[in-house]
Amino acid sequence: MSAVPAGKGAPDHARRVIGAWLVLSVVATPLVAIFVGPLFPPGRASEQASGQVTDNTVMLTVLTPIICLLLVFFVYALSQFRHDGGAIVDGPPLRTDNRIQVLWVAVSAVVVLFFAGFGTYELLQNGAGGGQGPGPVAVPSGNKLQVQVIGQQWMFTYRYPSYGGLETPELVIPANTLIELHVTSLDMIHSFWAYELGVKADANPGVDNVAFLKTKGPQSFHIHCAELCGLWHGYMTETGHVVPPAQFAAWIKQQQQNFAPVAKYLPPYSNTYSPDPQRRAG
Amino acid sequence: MRPAVWKLIAVFAFVAAVGVLIGLYVSKLTTDAGSPVYTLPVSSNGGHPVVNLTLETVAAVGPSLSPGHPDYVSYLVRDTKGNWRRSTVWRLPANATVHVTIYNFDGASGLRNPLFARPQGVDGNTMVVDGKTLNAINPDDASHTFAVAQYNLVVPIAPVPDDAKHPCDFAPCALTSDHRTIQFTFHTGAKGHYRWQCLVPCAAGWIDGFGGPMQTIGYMDGFLDVV
Amino acid sequence: MSAAAVAVRPPLWRRLIGFNLLTACVLGVGGWYVGWFGAHGIVGPSLDYFGNIDYNELSVFMAYICGVLGFLIGLGFFNYPWARLRGYPPSLRAKENEGIGRYFGLCTDHKVVGMQYLVGIGVFFFIGGLNAMLIRTELLRPNHQVFPAGTYLTIVGLHGTMMMGMFTSGILGPFGNYFIPILIGARRMAFPRIEALTFWLLMAGGVILETAIFFGGFPTGWTGYAPLNIQSYPGMDCYIIFFALVGISMTLLGLNMIATIVTMRAPGLTWTRLPIFVWGVLSTSALMVLAAPVLVATLAMALLDRAAQTSFFLAPGGGSAYLYQNLFWVFGHPEVYILALPGFAIVLEILPVFARKPLWGYRLAVAGLLGVSLLSFFVWQHHLFVSGINGDVRPFYMLSTELISIPTGFTFICGMMTLWRGRIRFTVPMLFCLAWFFNFLIGGLSGVFLSDVPSDVTTHGSFFSMAHFHYTIMGGLVFTFFAALYYWVPKMTGFQLNERLGKIHFWTMFIAFNSTFAPLFAAGFLGQPRRVVSYPSNLQFINVWVSISAFVLGASMLLFLYNFVRSLVFDRIPAPADPWRSKSIEWQLPSPIPVHNFDRIPVFSSDPYGYGETAGPVAVPAGSPAGSE
Repeated sequence: MSAVPAGKGAPDHARRVIGAWLVLSVVATPLVAIFVGPLFPPGRASEQASGQVTDNTVMLTVLTPIICLLLVFFVYALSQFRHDGGAIVDGPPLRTDNRIQVLWVAVSAVVVLFFAGFGTYELLQNGAGGGQGPGPVAVPSGNKLQVQVIGQQWMFTYRYPSYGGLETPELVIPANTLIELHVTSLDMIHSFWAYELGVKADANPGVDNVAFLKTKGPQSFHIHCAELCGLWHGYMTETGHVVPPAQFAAWIKQQQQNFAPVAKYLPPYSNTYSPDPQRRAG
Repeated sequence: MRPAVWKLIAVFAFVAAVGVLIGLYVSKLTTDAGSPVYTLPVSSNGGHPVVNLTLETVAAVGPSLSPGHPDYVSYLVRDTKGNWRRSTVWRLPANATVHVTIYNFDGASGLRNPLFARPQGVDGNTMVVDGKTLNAINPDDASHTFAVAQYNLVVPIAPVPDDAKHPCDFAPCALTSDHRTIQFTFHTGAKGHYRWQCLVPCAAGWIDGFGGPMQTIGYMDGFLDVV
Repeated sequence: MSAAAVAVRPPLWRRLIGFNLLTACVLGVGGWYVGWFGAHGIVGPSLDYFGNIDYNELSVFMAYICGVLGFLIGLGFFNYPWARLRGYPPSLRAKENEGIGRYFGLCTDHKVVGMQYLVGIGVFFFIGGLNAMLIRTELLRPNHQVFPAGTYLTIVGLHGTMMMGMFTSGILGPFGNYFIPILIGARRMAFPRIEALTFWLLMAGGVILETAIFFGGFPTGWTGYAPLNIQSYPGMDCYIIFFALVGISMTLLGLNMIATIVTMRAPGLTWTRLPIFVWGVLSTSALMVLAAPVLVATLAMALLDRAAQTSFFLAPGGGSAYLYQNLFWVFGHPEVYILALPGFAIVLEILPVFARKPLWGYRLAVAGLLGVSLLSFFVWQHHLFVSGINGDVRPFYMLSTELISIPTGFTFICGMMTLWRGRIRFTVPMLFCLAWFFNFLIGGLSGVFLSDVPSDVTTHGSFFSMAHFHYTIMGGLVFTFFAALYYWVPKMTGFQLNERLGKIHFWTMFIAFNSTFAPLFAAGFLGQPRRVVSYPSNLQFINVWVSISAFVLGASMLLFLYNFVRSLVFDRIPAPADPWRSKSIEWQLPSPIPVHNFDRIPVFSSDPYGYGETAGPVAVPAGSPAGSE
């Protein structure tokens, strides 16, 4: 099989590879876009999570023909260009080919620029659920409910400034609402990851890290800490809830009652906190 | 043949030596910084399991209980014979009522987050301190907390005043020294491995008070091994 | 060996005294205690030196610094400057002709240093691998502790730090030191003593890192983020000393390589005739020289924060945790290319030999290596996409990160076109090179998702990113490390490695590797964060699968070890001078290569890739390149 004479067979090889690649890509790409892409996490529990799924689907779709090209190339090259076991002979001394080089550079540059452009566009749409720091650039318009996430070793607590700075150990947010999360930390770096909602923002001491989130219907979601923060990092998991607005209001009232005994001790609501002491003497 | 035999012996000796080293290494890692499991005695109340958990919190664990870290602040558990043990992994039955008594011999450190001055996740969301039922303490007075995150359980622990006449410097501390008594009741749920910790920055000398004993199982951290 | 030579040899005990590893260990331990007690003397009188180590970071640092100094004195690194200070003519060469003793001390023969690196780094690679096995043992069950939770974090840190630190020199150390002088037609490296120093610093560092387990370990993983690293146990000090030694070693190694390649090339070896491996080493060295000093400076600040109560990284004291993250990744991102680039170069160096074709697109390949080096300095904030720092420059870092795939693609196209219409021989080194394409393709494509901010929000800090960098570093570096090893060891030792066992090793490793890390992409996508000791129980199936695959992967390494020992210790089948029929110059020399490499310096007339071309040998010496022994 590898006895195809060099030179004469060369255009033949290229045509076969390109042909097989075209067939495979034309079949595989729509399949990936329609069936594989939507399976991608984190699901569609919030607008931001949906955006990420769309983003992943688009990238995977664009990458599919590239994967197909490499697959076809290697399967073909490794099966057709084998040394047949006889005496060692040299292959044709092909040093370079400007057309292939230019084509390769141009195509990869176009793909890369498309990815960067598309990613930027998606990011600016709604912030994609990522922490943006104290001065967010991608701010979705509309009324926002502020919720503060406070990381500490090894628990997240939450404050609701629009309800008198109420602090709770549990996260409950209303459905179909635009939420403005302010993530900060009292000690180490933690990272607030609401998996199903597609939100992740590092909790840095002394930093107000803002992320946006537009919830959809009621559901529960998992919260993990995604930045190594010491002994119990692996156990820093919680369950949060998206609930209908009426239920949310009732929950707030109940929490206000429950935590009334410590309300007077809480510091006034602020974007960051730096509790004393930093270094406790013996 | 002879050189090959010597080579074989050498290789086997080398492999054996490496095996021993690996064994030592792994045993060091598995035994270090852990805690023995202490199984609590269970009584029954009409078929419902009831457990009494008696703990003490000490400013320093002392050389007799922890020669490696005598100055670590620590929780200790009392066994059926009345001895204080350095164990923070306790085996409890599932769906049980747990009556906890904590004798605190340590002074105040203050909470970093005042929210935890409110007892939560326990019966009535209250605790009994020296016979008085309280629903919060001043967060700056908190000496320690007992917190099981997965149960949303937090109980702040009231301090021994700084001007106490008979302070206990290091464990084991007898009840004749000045102390505070905190009592509360909670319920274990399904089987599982639940972590507990302290939320007061009580590890002196470490940044944010959360290093050393606060990050070592066997001192201020442990598990409820619910079976 | 003649009878006269035996008679002259002094007894064994006499030969053990001198500047060698044994003396170095004794002085190293002695220095450790001097530093320990000395620092306690400075800080304050305390008789409780060993009972309570928690409050005195200074003594831990001083102990290790003095220990390293003692170690270096024992090896004889200060003999040369000391002789110079006293005005004596120093010895320019050390231990080059001393039988087996060469390998246990400061030796200025670059080939000895290469062998030392191969064995030394190999040992620590296996220790790091053992830790990986322990990690996977712990993760067999979602919520059950084999190791105490804190110890688990220490094991994770020891694994990551050992691999990321030691393997920066994984290819440059053994194969760079051994073959760069030969490939450029030189007799030695530019600075032979510094070359030896880079190796012994790494060895001291590796031991120091492992001693962290006696000081409580460290909970930070390999990144050592502040402020957690300031809160941590004294085990953190071992991490700091280790990584600082690695940083110094890397800087010196890079400088030495650059000086050698720029100034010591043989006549006729123009920049366009350099073997691509030399280009790879050169670009990696540039990264090392520019990136590693940042690491050393960062760790010095962390050391001060820990030992001297400064607040570089503590927000309440006026510092910033971002400062550490920025500085660390200014080093850390070039560092991952320090790990990856030599792999690119190895692949491009070995493919032509077994495809029997010239390297396709030489200039494009060089441009790829240099382009990756340059761009790698402008991407570090993609590690901080969700950290809240500079939210508005994220599109820039997204672009720069994705731009790196263009020069990386150069390596792909050059490799692929080299295979095109070749006469491919599936030897063991070739198999490892071909596996690189597969692994790095997956690693690279998963990198596209991580570089995209919206997608990164979910994948960041999850097992997805962990699987990604294992595909690029293990799949990219370790596979090419084995390619280089199977390719060059016959030249380095003069003995063949068993081909059949090599192939079994390859296939077990390749399948187990993919079976280990491919499911971890799913684990990450399904919400398992990195470095966790417990995980949701619905992920147990994936984790058990991964653990079992990882154990097979570990077993494949033992298979390699079996092959290595069996071939080199028991079978000892001499390798021909040029078993692969390569045109590169190292294969024109006898195996093993004589101490001074060349009797006469060769004159190069072409690059070493003239397969199928009528050109003669790559180097026509002003005399034969081969030694006459």
